[in-house]
Amino acid sequence: MMRLLSGDAPRSRVLALLLALILLALAFAPFLFPGSRSLETAARICVVIVLVASYDLLLGYGGIVSFAHTMFFGMGAYGVAIAADRMGPGYDALALGALAGLIAAGIVALLVALLSLRVRAIFFAMITLAIASAVAVLVSQLSAYTGGEDGMNLRIPRELTPAFRMGEVFGLRITGKILNYYLVFTGCLALFLVMLRIVNSPFGRVMLAIRENAFRAEAIGYRVVVYRAVATCLSAMIAALAGSLFAIWLRYVGPSTTLGMELMMDILLIVVIGGMGTMYGAVVGTAIFVLAQNYLKELMGGLSEATSALPLIPDLLSPDRWLLWLGVLFILSVYFFPTGIVGRLRGTR
Amino acid sequence: MSNTAPSHAPTITRLPLAERLKPWLPVLLVPVLILLGFLAIPATSSWLTLTVSGLAMGMMIFVIASGMTLVFGLMDVINFGHGAFISFGAFVGTSVLLALGAMTGAPSLLLNLLAVAGAVLAAMVVTGGMGWAFERVIVRPVYGSHLKQILVTMGGLIVAEQLIYVIWGGHEIVIARPETLKGAFTFAGAALEKYRVLAVAVGLAVFLALRLVLRRTKLGLIVRAGVENPEMVQAMGYNITRVFVGVFVAGSALAGLGGVMWALYQEVITAPMGNEIMILVFIVVIIGGLGSVEGCFIGALTVGLVQNYAAFLEPKLALISNIALMVAILMWRPMGMVPVVKAKG
Repeated sequence: MMRLLSGDAPRSRVLALLLALILLALAFAPFLFPGSRSLETAARICVVIVLVASYDLLLGYGGIVSFAHTMFFGMGAYGVAIAADRMGPGYDALALGALAGLIAAGIVALLVALLSLRVRAIFFAMITLAIASAVAVLVSQLSAYTGGEDGMNLRIPRELTPAFRMGEVFGLRITGKILNYYLVFTGCLALFLVMLRIVNSPFGRVMLAIRENAFRAEAIGYRVVVYRAVATCLSAMIAALAGSLFAIWLRYVGPSTTLGMELMMDILLIVVIGGMGTMYGAVVGTAIFVLAQNYLKELMGGLSEATSALPLIPDLLSPDRWLLWLGVLFILSVYFFPTGIVGRLRGTR
Repeated sequence: MSNTAPSHAPTITRLPLAERLKPWLPVLLVPVLILLGFLAIPATSSWLTLTVSGLAMGMMIFVIASGMTLVFGLMDVINFGHGAFISFGAFVGTSVLLALGAMTGAPSLLLNLLAVAGAVLAAMVVTGGMGWAFERVIVRPVYGSHLKQILVTMGGLIVAEQLIYVIWGGHEIVIARPETLKGAFTFAGAALEKYRVLAVAVGLAVFLALRLVLRRTKLGLIVRAGVENPEMVQAMGYNITRVFVGVFVAGSALAGLGGVMWALYQEVITAPMGNEIMILVFIVVIIGGLGSVEGCFIGALTVGLVQNYAAFLEPKLALISNIALMVAILMWRPMGMVPVVKAKG
C-alpha cells in the first residue's frame, strides 16, 4: 500500500478517511450513484483531479505559475478528436491521437520553458497567459481542423458508447458508457500514482529545494533551469493525457470545455484551496469544489431570496455570483492557509 | 629651450556607426516598422489609416501599461489584477457618459470634450481609490513573494470582475462616441478617424507628462532612484512605501483612463475586457523591459503597429503576430528592449 503511494502517507487521520471515501465513491460510482448525470460528475471529478494534480506539480512543487495549463489539456483532447475524425473510430486512432497530443504538449512546453524560464521565472506567468489566449483564438479560427467555436464530436469504438450492452452486475446494466467510465477512472488513478511517484523521487526533492530557494539550489550544483523545464514538460504531458481521457469520455471537444480561461481559473482555485505542494490537495480540493459548485449555489439562491427585500445584498448572494465568494475564499486562503485544506488537516502551516 | 609641453594630439577613435547606434536601436524600431509597413502595404492611403490606428492602439496600451511597469520596477510587485482597473474605469466612464447624454449628443466639440473629461475624471478617481484599497488589502501582505502576488492579485481580479457583474449586470453595454468625435476626416487621401487621432494625442500627452515628472522633478528622481535601489533611497530618509503607494494609485488611475479610452475605441464594454487587454499589456511590458517607462512606450507602439499591419496583411495571424514579436525580441534582448538597471540581483 505504502509502495503504491510512493511512501507519501496522508499523515492525518481525517485526510486519510476523506481520501479513502473519495476513492471508494469514485471506484463504485456507477453502482452507488446510478443515473447518467452523476456518472458524468464522477468522470469529470476524476479528470479534474489529474489535471489539478499535474498543475500542482508545477505550482506547488516548482513554484512556477502557468496560465497555459488548459492549453496542454486541450492539446491532448484535440489530438484524440482530430485523429478520430481523420482515421475513423478505432482504438488505434485514440492511441495515436493521445500520443500526438502528448508529444505536441511536451515540445511546446519545452519551448515555452526555455524561452521564459531562461530569463526570469515571473515571465513564465505572463508569457503563458499570452500564448494560451493566442492558441485559444487560433483554435476557434482554424475551423477546418478543429471545428472552430462549435468544437467537434468524436466517434469512438462502439464498446465505449451507451449503445453497447453486456449483461448485468448487481442489478446494474453494464453498458459501454460504464466501461468508458472505468477506462477514465483507471487511467486517472494510474496517472495520479505516477505523479505521486514523481514528487517523492529525488527529482521531486530537488524541485522542493528550488521552490524554497532557487539561488541556493543552483549553488549546491543543480541546474535550476533544467529542473524547471523538465517539471514544465512533465506537467504539460500529464495534462495532455488527462485531456485525451476527457475527450474520450465526453465524445466532444470544444474551445470552452478544454481551453477556456474559466477552467484555468477553476484549476488555480482548486490547487490553492486544496493545498499547494501536497498532491492530495488536488483530490480533496476537486471533490469539495464540485460539491460546492452544486450545493453552495443552492444555498446562495436561498439566501438571496430570503434577503430580497434589502438593497444590493440579494445581488451579492445571487447563485451566479458564487465565484465572487470563491475568489474571496481564495485570497484568504493564500494569506492564512498557504498549504490549503490538506496542510490544515496535517497540522502544518 | 622652451618649456612647452611636447605637442601631443591624442586621437580618440570614434566608435563605428553601428556601435554608436546600438543603444538607440529600440528607439529606431518604431520608425523602421512604419517604413516596413509602407513597403509591405500597397496603397498609401490604407497604410496611413493603419499607421494611425496602430499608433492609437499603442498609445492606449501604453497608458494602461505604464503604471504596471513602474509598480514592478519600484517594489518588485507584479499585479495581475491590473485588468480590473481597466474594466472598472471603462464601466464608470461609460456610466458617466450615458448620464451626460445631453452633452455627448450635442454637436458642440466643447461640450463633448467636457463630457469625456468628466467621464475620465470620474473613472480615474474611482480606479485610483480602488488602487489604494487594492494595495492596502491585497498586495501589502505579500511583498517579496512573486508566487503569492500572482495568486492573490489574480484572486483580486476575479472578485473585482464579479463585482462589476453585481453592480452593472452581466450584459455588455454599448456606448456611442460623442457627436463631434464620430466619423473621420480625410488627409492625403486616407480616412483618419477623429477619435483615433485624439487617442494618439492623449497618449502622447501622458507619455510626455510622465517623462517630465520622472526626469525633471524631485519626486521623479526619488521614483527613479527607487527603481534602481529601494533600500538606498530608504536609507536616505525617504518613505519608499509611501512613494510606492502613490505610484500604485497613479498607475491604477492611468489604467482607468485607458479603460475609458478603450471603451470609446471599441464602443462596447464587457466585464472581462480588462483581462483581455492585459494580454497585450503583458506582451508590451515584457518586450519593453519590466520597470522601464520608455521601453513600455516603444513596446506599446510596436505592438499596436504590428497588430494593425498584420490584421490587414494576414487577418488570422493578428494575435499570433504579437506572440512572434515577443519571442523575437526576447531572443534579441532577453531582458527587454530597455533593460532596467537594478542595484540588487
